[in-house]
Amino acid sequence: MAEKLLEIKNLSVEYHSDEDILYAVNNVNLTLEPGETLGLVGETGAGKTTIAKSIMRILPAAQAEITSGEILYRGENLLALKEKEMQKVRGNKIAMIFQDPMTALNPVETVGYQIAEAIKRHNKISRNEAADRAGDMLEMVGIPRERLGEYPHQFSGGMKQRVVIAMALACNPELLLADEPTTALDVTIQAQVLDMMRGLKEKLGTSVILITHDFGVVADFCTAVAVTYAGEIIERGSVDRIFNNPQHPYTQGLFNSLPSLEATSRRLKPIKGLMPDPTALPPGCRFCERCEYATEECAKKAPEIYEVEPGHTVKCFRARRDD
Amino acid sequence: MTEQAKKPKKQTRLHEIWVQLKRNKLAVVSMFVLIALVLVAILAPVLAPYYYDEQNVANKYAPPSAEHLLGTDKLGRDILSRLIYGTRASLTMGIVAVLIGGLIGILIGAISGYYGNWVDNLMMRLLDIYQAIPMFLLCVALAAILGASLRNAIIALGLGIVPGYARIMRASVMTVRETEYIESAKSINCGVFRIITKHIIPNAIGPMIVQLTMGVGSCILSGAALSYIGLGVQPPTPEWGSMISEARAVMRQYPTHAIYPGICIMIAVLACNLLGDGLRDALDPRLKN
Amino acid sequence: MAPLLEVHNLKKYFKTKAGPLHAVDDVTFTLDTGKTLGVVGESGCGKSTLGRTLLHLTDVTDGKIFFEGEDITYPSRSKLKKLREQMQIIFQDPFSSLDPRMTVGEAIMEPLKMRGGMSKADMQAKTKELMDTVGLAARFEHSYPHELDGGRRQRIGIARALSLDPKFIVCDEPVSALDVSIQAQVINLMLDLQEERGFAYMFVTHDLSVVKYISDEIMVMYLGQMVEKAPSDELFANTLHPYSKALLSAIPIPKYPNNTKRILIEGEITSPINPKPGCRFAARCRYACEACSQPQKLEEYTPGHYVACCRYKELINIKEEM
Repeated sequence: MAEKLLEIKNLSVEYHSDEDILYAVNNVNLTLEPGETLGLVGETGAGKTTIAKSIMRILPAAQAEITSGEILYRGENLLALKEKEMQKVRGNKIAMIFQDPMTALNPVETVGYQIAEAIKRHNKISRNEAADRAGDMLEMVGIPRERLGEYPHQFSGGMKQRVVIAMALACNPELLLADEPTTALDVTIQAQVLDMMRGLKEKLGTSVILITHDFGVVADFCTAVAVTYAGEIIERGSVDRIFNNPQHPYTQGLFNSLPSLEATSRRLKPIKGLMPDPTALPPGCRFCERCEYATEECAKKAPEIYEVEPGHTVKCFRARRDD
Repeated sequence: MTEQAKKPKKQTRLHEIWVQLKRNKLAVVSMFVLIALVLVAILAPVLAPYYYDEQNVANKYAPPSAEHLLGTDKLGRDILSRLIYGTRASLTMGIVAVLIGGLIGILIGAISGYYGNWVDNLMMRLLDIYQAIPMFLLCVALAAILGASLRNAIIALGLGIVPGYARIMRASVMTVRETEYIESAKSINCGVFRIITKHIIPNAIGPMIVQLTMGVGSCILSGAALSYIGLGVQPPTPEWGSMISEARAVMRQYPTHAIYPGICIMIAVLACNLLGDGLRDALDPRLKN
Repeated sequence: MAPLLEVHNLKKYFKTKAGPLHAVDDVTFTLDTGKTLGVVGESGCGKSTLGRTLLHLTDVTDGKIFFEGEDITYPSRSKLKKLREQMQIIFQDPFSSLDPRMTVGEAIMEPLKMRGGMSKADMQAKTKELMDTVGLAARFEHSYPHELDGGRRQRIGIARALSLDPKFIVCDEPVSALDVSIQAQVINLMLDLQEERGFAYMFVTHDLSVVKYISDEIMVMYLGQMVEKAPSDELFANTLHPYSKALLSAIPIPKYPNNTKRILIEGEITSPINPKPGCRFAARCRYACEACSQPQKLEEYTPGHYVACCRYKELINIKEEM
């Protein structure tokens, strides 16, 4: 097997508050091959962002605690690195972009200066060279070089997100973590940004983990999908497998509850109920309460991860083959 | 996170604030200090060993002793008793002045913030002019016009702090005004009065509570200063500020006479500020969990 | 019989320092009882302002609004009070549209209290009934909104809107803040209620797959103007306006492999302050020509299908080249 770019093993993350412990991520295993584009999908509170922040090691130190697991990046455990060493990884080898581009840009510095700073942080080059590279980056994301001297507020939302992407890609990272990068944008702008990102990904060979709740974006952009639910990855496979042959009842339910453009019936088929309270998770399968196939076994015991096809894994007893 | 409603106990907002506040030990201690001070003020006749005006000229400037724990002053009055009775005037000054200033400030701020446009412009410009007069000078002038007495000092202090509160309230109201639940209230026919009193003020009052608490401290301080220069409480009524003023003449011989009321002022002001600080953290929803 | 709601050349301009902002410009439509009009467009196209103007949450600049045949463009105070009972709104964000200091019960009871004429016991009974209607368990009556999830909060918003038995409800992106599985639950609830009580909905959204699902008729807005309006199926089958085409093709479809071709439009939305008289989309339109700088007339292509584009007839035969 080829070398894995990223391998997450048994990752668990908890958030502590006064009264209770919130189990945000529970025993997550996830691997990413070089060049792969993985869509990490799931609902609010399913732990998607927490996984990404764990990889970057930017969880809020006061409340969050990684209780177990390893995150291997090219075989090296990121969780064991010293903060100093981690700084060399962050931005340089792994970069992250967020939903709200405003939080990533400093309103009182010019866009050019900010991109140049990002480049200089990891490369020993002169100011002029950095500014030159910053100009190249802007052009790469489809913004004319002349706008280097402008401030973030002079850019529209879609343009700001492009600037953020240019900053993230400035040091040519191998892995890009994109947390809902287009959710705050209008559809036509989203289409532009996704189109641009697709082009860049092909050109630079960056691997991407795209966090989103929009299956449409996943179909458009990703090669593989991991579905999260209540802090677990309940199904993972290629886009083709997940979209055309989903195995986990939750994944199936999600697809059924989407209003489709071709639908003719006037009723949607929602999944009944709500996600379990992450401070009091059920002992068995997390989806058990909402699942139409649930058996007694599901309520008692959490299912293991079963492989239904090479590369397609499901965390559900129904996928178990009796042999 | 999602199903907290399942908990049998109804979580009220007050309870929540208390839970948050409990974390800050200094704030809790401060709160108890303030409660104690209020009790001292109320129970002064019971607690004080002597009446505040009980003179014994033969025994003036007595050092601390069993009869007079902190000694006596120039007229032979028990200093401890005067400090205890002085709590009344000082706390009244702080609390009532803040209530007056706060109430007027909240009203002006709420109206100004809610209506916006020319109403806001007019009110804010008037406040600008008002604020251009130094606050302490204003107090002095008002006390001088109205005559020097505890009541007038309170009025002067109260009026002096109006602009600050009005501005804080206005900013707070302007944020709340833009929220959708205000629009929602309009869409179900809530009148302006109900919207302001039922929806806007309760939601905008958070930052005010902090300021009001801290304001008590600063009003005690300003009140003491007014009394010190003779524009506040009139003798023989004791007040911490005026006690320092009286001790001024004998500062070299009997420094403790000025230090005792000074410490009282310090404790009260510090307690108010620390509680205010704690409340700010407790009321800030961003710091929750 | 007159339609429930009739809007003629409605305009809403906001004053700004740079000049008038044309939030809603010349919008005309009618809506019948029991029907749903979908209003779609991107942020800043005036779709939310349109809903708020109809409910008189903001003043009308120009135009006419008729409700049940009666002119309500500038209603008197007492008339407005009555109108607001018949026209309601469900807001987008269930987190900001509920007063955080009011319990669920209080929030649902508030509209009843404002209308008056009911005893306390009656109001409480009605509140319980409403909670039941929208699927909120009785145990939440004393909960505060922040203790509930988004789906339940939106149900509170729906209950509030229902409480006065309105005839017309503006739904301002009511499900866009919700997760898909919850979104489906809320949409179903809204459809059931419509079937039961015959409301007319104006469903404002940027999510085209939702709007196709719920609407009888769809109106596409761009920078305050209506660029196309047609029965739902007709719009999707025969999209005429270049902007509608681009918008429809930009929706990411959850299907793999997905072979629909994207029509990418260049640039971003321009400012609605002091717009030029011509077609507002012209600056981004690949088919823009001289005539586009003239004001565009709304033309009827097939019965009920209106489009505001001077070249739409030529464009029908042009295959979008990628």
